[in-house]
Amino acid sequence: MAWIDLANPTRFLRIVDRVLPWLTALTVLAFAFALNGAFEAPDDYQQGATVKIMFIHVPAAWLGMFCWGMMTISALGTLVFRHPLADVAAKTAAPLGAAFTFVCLLTGALWGRPMWGTYWVWDARLTSVLVMFVMYLGLLALWRSVEDPARAGRAAAILTLVGALNLPIIKFSVDWWNTLHQPASVVRLGGPTIHPAILIPLLAMTIAFTLLFVALHLGAMRNEVLRRRVRTLRLLQAQTARGA
Amino acid sequence: MTALRALLVRDMRIALRVGGGAMMGVLFFLTVVTLMPFAIGPDLELLRRIGPAILWIGALLASLLALDRLFAADHDDGSLDLILMGRLPIELAVAAKGLAHWLTTGLPLVIAAPVLGLFLNLEPAAIGAVALTLLVGTPALTFTGLIGAALATALRRGGLLLPVLVLPLTVPVLIFGVAASNAAVVGPVPFGTPFTILCALTLASLVVGPFAAGATLRQGME
Repeated sequence: MAWIDLANPTRFLRIVDRVLPWLTALTVLAFAFALNGAFEAPDDYQQGATVKIMFIHVPAAWLGMFCWGMMTISALGTLVFRHPLADVAAKTAAPLGAAFTFVCLLTGALWGRPMWGTYWVWDARLTSVLVMFVMYLGLLALWRSVEDPARAGRAAAILTLVGALNLPIIKFSVDWWNTLHQPASVVRLGGPTIHPAILIPLLAMTIAFTLLFVALHLGAMRNEVLRRRVRTLRLLQAQTARGA
Repeated sequence: MTALRALLVRDMRIALRVGGGAMMGVLFFLTVVTLMPFAIGPDLELLRRIGPAILWIGALLASLLALDRLFAADHDDGSLDLILMGRLPIELAVAAKGLAHWLTTGLPLVIAAPVLGLFLNLEPAAIGAVALTLLVGTPALTFTGLIGAALATALRRGGLLLPVLVLPLTVPVLIFGVAASNAAVVGPVPFGTPFTILCALTLASLVVGPFAAGATLRQGME
């Protein structure tokens, strides 16, 4: 089955209906395994129990970035291949990406309070995640400002591509900016190595989070396809009502 | 080439005539810089230290807020359709409009910056550095802003959408602009390092901006 087969929304819905229950079950299992591992994991000798915040923080950060990468591929699908589901994928991924980025910032702040003594520092990494979060919100604002999904989709695709070009530059410049302004006194997360006792649950959590993302994303895509059908039906209805 | 020049001259003429917004940016710039000491306090020492940052933020906002009508006005009176249908490649047309916009709003900001620098108690070296970095950096702001202006026009939405979309993209320009201005006065890095990166950012935006804005307009006008 080629990806072009998915261009038929009905076929896509059928596949999603078949896959989603299994995927949900798999996600629940993965979370059960990963959370168990996270509870069993030893406390850090310096950070104590707060190190466990990382089990949520790191996967959320990974998904925040992964999601923009996925939207970039979807944007190419919209602009280059005109794949009808590409902008559905991009539109439904944006709120998820924003949510995971927010979780990343929030857990980071909660971790920073006991460890650094403050909720927020203008550390390079924190700042570039914050800028990415703002860009997610801008993208959501763009999606919300236009009723016609096809037109909004193409505009959002261009903005996503520009953002994908710009995000590495922002990351680089923020790194440069921070090292210029602040001495390297800020506590950096993690030494050169992470002990396997923590690393394995962390990887398990990352896989569980990624599965959760895929499941949520497929469900959201299904809802979006159905929502667009409802919209089309309503438009048709209004048209025939006026014609009669 | 004549079409390009004609478009450039037309846009500049419209901007400079009654109803065009050429001087509005400078006025906004002046207002923002005047307001700053009311918020920060009249401490000349503090103003001298953060003066380059104030000037950069003021110029950033002024050059982006003025972009709102760049394509929208042409779209309203139908001339945008003529430009898009003409023989001139759309990217070149967009670049010409961007250049005209920078000459009428960006360049006045650069010229006004030294005067406003005096208000903020900047040293001559700092004034020169800020003016030079603004001269190099404001084209990047305008050409990045082109994307936002094209999006706002293609979606027929004005107002705050443009700055919300574009301001995060200008973070690198702001960082290196202010860093170069500060480096010229206090160091510790030599002025050349951030300044050349600022030049690189401007050159990159000169390429990316017209292509992205052109693509947006092409998609939006279908």
